[in-house]
Amino acid sequence: MIGGVAWSTVGDLLLRHLYLAGLPLLLGLVISLPLGWLATRYRWLAPPMIAGTGLLYTIPSLALFILLPLLLGTRVLDDANVLVAMTLYAIALLTRTVADGLGSVPVATRQAATAMGYGELRRTLVVDLPLAVPVITAGLRVAAVSNVSIVSVAALIGVSQLGQLFTEGFNRNDMGPILVGIGACVGLALVLDAGIALLSRVLTPWLRAGAA
Amino acid sequence: MISLTWQWLTDPQTWTGPGGILAQSVTHLRISVIALILAALVAVPVGLYIGHTGRGRWLAINLAGAFRAIPSLGVLFVATLLLLPRLSGNLAFELPVVLVLVLLAVPPVLSGTYAGVEAVDPAARDAARGVGMTESQILWQVEFPAALPLLISGLRSAMLQIIATATIAAIVGIGGLGRYLIDGQASRQYEVMAGGAIVVAALALLVDVVMAGVQRLVVSRGLVEASAT
Repeated sequence: MIGGVAWSTVGDLLLRHLYLAGLPLLLGLVISLPLGWLATRYRWLAPPMIAGTGLLYTIPSLALFILLPLLLGTRVLDDANVLVAMTLYAIALLTRTVADGLGSVPVATRQAATAMGYGELRRTLVVDLPLAVPVITAGLRVAAVSNVSIVSVAALIGVSQLGQLFTEGFNRNDMGPILVGIGACVGLALVLDAGIALLSRVLTPWLRAGAA
Repeated sequence: MISLTWQWLTDPQTWTGPGGILAQSVTHLRISVIALILAALVAVPVGLYIGHTGRGRWLAINLAGAFRAIPSLGVLFVATLLLLPRLSGNLAFELPVVLVLVLLAVPPVLSGTYAGVEAVDPAARDAARGVGMTESQILWQVEFPAALPLLISGLRSAMLQIIATATIAAIVGIGGLGRYLIDGQASRQYEVMAGGAIVVAALALLVDVVMAGVQRLVVSRGLVEASAT
């Protein structure tokens, strides 16, 4: 027991929280990569695309959780509502990041790759994308931490994850579960953040080669 | 379901009266604007100081990162449980909410302000020093106007988070558009929840558009043209 909550309950809710915040992060990244690429490839596409995806972020999360069943035809308590909402938020943050990252590749590098006979697709995947990793992972860290924090709101519509400890504690006038929930949320966010930072380090060995 | 929601939204009774959408929007905006102003009063001076002197930069960066991880719903409940028994009247409900909203808004405003000042072209700063401006003249006549685009975009993202979180805050009993989401759920009227969600999304968009307009008005033409090229 911790703060009046069984450890196993905290563990279960933590896993649910990780699933509801983490899976949309991956989906968001997979969708944002081509969107961000399109925005760098076709300059005229960039302003409407970045404004359009950014617009998603202006919709309050609770409102989005409630509206999605209406749009998707899902049930109000369906996990899919939360997964889709969080994926939309991830896309809102990451499309811009991917575009910035790909845009940050030096022109000379790109020209060198082209001169070596790389086609556009191969150059994007083998040269541009790896070089954009630091910028993309920086955005991914922001998205990961925000996702973990926003998902807890879903407790208000009855979708269980760590946020459930907040509503339970509040309804029982008991600070214990709330503090346990906050601690677990912050801990999860920090672990995800550190994990992505580590991944970024592993994926960019050349950044350390120069320093050593 | 969609037609029920449409019916609710188009019923004049939904909009008027003390519990109507218009009155709740005013409450929602009042709380949000108070929180934004309080956050700006704290964060803008500190951001200007950090940007101008370069001191405490790590604090601004880490604070912004760490605050993002804190779930506002949990903090809201903690603040309410702590403050509710100690205050009376309307204040007992609104003060914890405003406090949480201010806490939420300080990091984006702070980082927007200091990033704005930091991004000022050093040549402009040197030129100002060269023509004999004092440090406070440099701050107010050169750095502040040049920092405005990033400062205002910090305010905009803070305001979006405030409006979204003020919705959640209805759960502790304050007024505002969140009432439709919370009360609709309590009475199992999904059309009220969905209608309220549409209204609050529209309000968030509207406020963002208004703030974008303000940004356009107050940011110097010279800066806009420079960044467009």
